[in-house]
Amino acid sequence: MNMLAWSGFVAAAVRVGTPLGLAALGETIAERSGVINLGIEGAMLAGALASAAVASSADLAAGVMAGVLAGAAVAAIFALVAVVARTDQIIAGTAVTLAATGLTGVLAQRIWGTAGAGLSVPTLAPVPLGALAHIPVIGAALFDQSLLTYLLYLLFPIASVLLFRTALGLQLRACGESPSSAAAAGVPVTAMRSAATVVGGMLAGLAGASLVLAQVGTFTERMTAGRGFIAIAIVALGRWEPWRVGIATLLFGAATAMQFVFQATATGIPYQLFLALPYLLALGVLGSAVGRRRGPAALGVAP
Amino acid sequence: MTAAVAALRRDTVQAAGAFAAGLLLLVIFLALSGFAVGPALDALWNGAFGSWYNFTSAVLVRGTPLALLGLAFMLGSRSGALNIGMEGQFAVGAIGATAVALHCGSLTPLLAVTLTLLAGAAGGLLWIAVPVWLRVRHGITEVISTLLLTFVGYAAVSYAITGPLQEPARVYPESALIPVATRLPHLWSGSRLHAGFLVVVVITAAMAFLLNRSRWGVAIRATGTAPRAAALVGRINVTRVSAVALLASGGLAGLGGGMEVSGVSYALYQNLSPGYGYTAIAVALLGREQPWLVFLTGILFGALEAGGAAMQRDAGIPAVAVQVVEGVVILVMLLTARRRTA
Repeated sequence: MNMLAWSGFVAAAVRVGTPLGLAALGETIAERSGVINLGIEGAMLAGALASAAVASSADLAAGVMAGVLAGAAVAAIFALVAVVARTDQIIAGTAVTLAATGLTGVLAQRIWGTAGAGLSVPTLAPVPLGALAHIPVIGAALFDQSLLTYLLYLLFPIASVLLFRTALGLQLRACGESPSSAAAAGVPVTAMRSAATVVGGMLAGLAGASLVLAQVGTFTERMTAGRGFIAIAIVALGRWEPWRVGIATLLFGAATAMQFVFQATATGIPYQLFLALPYLLALGVLGSAVGRRRGPAALGVAP
Repeated sequence: MTAAVAALRRDTVQAAGAFAAGLLLLVIFLALSGFAVGPALDALWNGAFGSWYNFTSAVLVRGTPLALLGLAFMLGSRSGALNIGMEGQFAVGAIGATAVALHCGSLTPLLAVTLTLLAGAAGGLLWIAVPVWLRVRHGITEVISTLLLTFVGYAAVSYAITGPLQEPARVYPESALIPVATRLPHLWSGSRLHAGFLVVVVITAAMAFLLNRSRWGVAIRATGTAPRAAALVGRINVTRVSAVALLASGGLAGLGGGMEVSGVSYALYQNLSPGYGYTAIAVALLGREQPWLVFLTGILFGALEAGGAAMQRDAGIPAVAVQVVEGVVILVMLLTARRRTA
């Protein structure tokens, strides 16, 4: 590949990685508090639908906000069932994703009819960041993206500081490591976990919005296609630390972007292998030494 | 005995309540989003129970894989392992069954069908083997690994039907029709209900015996409810027990895929399952993870799926709407669950 092709590849990796990174960062916060939320797949889908619907009738900023709110709403339902009522997080998350798939499918048909959203949804154009965008290869790739990608760049250090350099972050992590000790120390465990889950849902909703508004440009039934689940694998790969989660996201973005490169160059390798690549990569990483690090001790466990 | 009857009554009330809540929320949601509720419910009911043909050829045909996958989930879950990726094992089971069936046309029907179904089970077994290995060797949760493999399974189907298993003309993304000898026979002429239904009845009976009357069942239930005690006091190898249960779970899900090819579609397509693998989780929970209750719940959800398909056809509401009911059923069951004792 020449320089231009490399730049295009990295740009595609960052673009398709943005929704994954947003969802994974949100899930990192939730899992640090001890909550594993398989409902983020549904939250992402709800965010995608809400942003597509609002952006095509109002404006893009309202669309992004709608996505965040929809994701938060879905996560709030999950938090009520799984965190407040202390039921099985895995099953509750699966149920929330199921219901969200049904709801978004019906609403999409109601809004756009059987023909679907088509290309009626306005999209967020890339915004080049001045001189930074002119750095060879990575300049255009990293700094000629949509505003949501730049927001993600900012959110990684913010989440990192929040989790590891503040009292709030310490309390949140205590809820994920030893909820009984946290409770004994006066931390409101249920409230903390619920809040972390809803923040995770907001980011998943934002991920759905970025999928629609900055990547695909339309809404289709079940369009998230397991990205929420991939985000959960990314969190484990990133060892529940925002910076590493960021690197893991880039890896998955690259694995996904491979299909564009190889489809273009016609190697005779079946393209389905590239479709499967991100999932296989996630699996391989989980099984390898890097992925075998333990998560928060009380992850998925009711206090 | 009276305690058991009272428990059964409580369970029935809880399950009926959960199902009613799911339907009610769907109705409210449809009304709020401006669909005509009357025709929708009409289509839902008639699609499922409007005629004997609808009941046997739509409800029971869809109930068959749902009951089977519900049993598959139950088996893993009773041993403390959650096989969330049955959708993928179902898909790979369908690939395996198709691949073998296409070469078995000259065999006697009984042998041909048996081999086809076994190939389906083998496909499912293959697909869960890696998650089981990851769980046993590295303690990696089967929840994520089976989910991830579901999407790999979809890609594998896509590859099969555009590559090695594509129909000879190489026009459509589907396999050739499997030979007549490899097809599960219909139970009576004029019906679409196939012999796979009876296979699932037998599996349900076997599962009821195995779980409630055998040493293996004791080991599974002990592992699922109190793994530490099972290991320390009962000297049960809990890792092995849940690994075997998970493998069997994947095999059953693959068998479901094989049955769908051999009894319903007669060819491999993309999206052979309309999400049976996820729906079956609701089936298992609503059936309180008791084999015969799971079986009946599978039929009930078959009715829901059949009704959903009719709703799409006759009232223009996407069939995916029934997933709202399924999701709500699971949530209500979780919220009202009485802790099960082994």
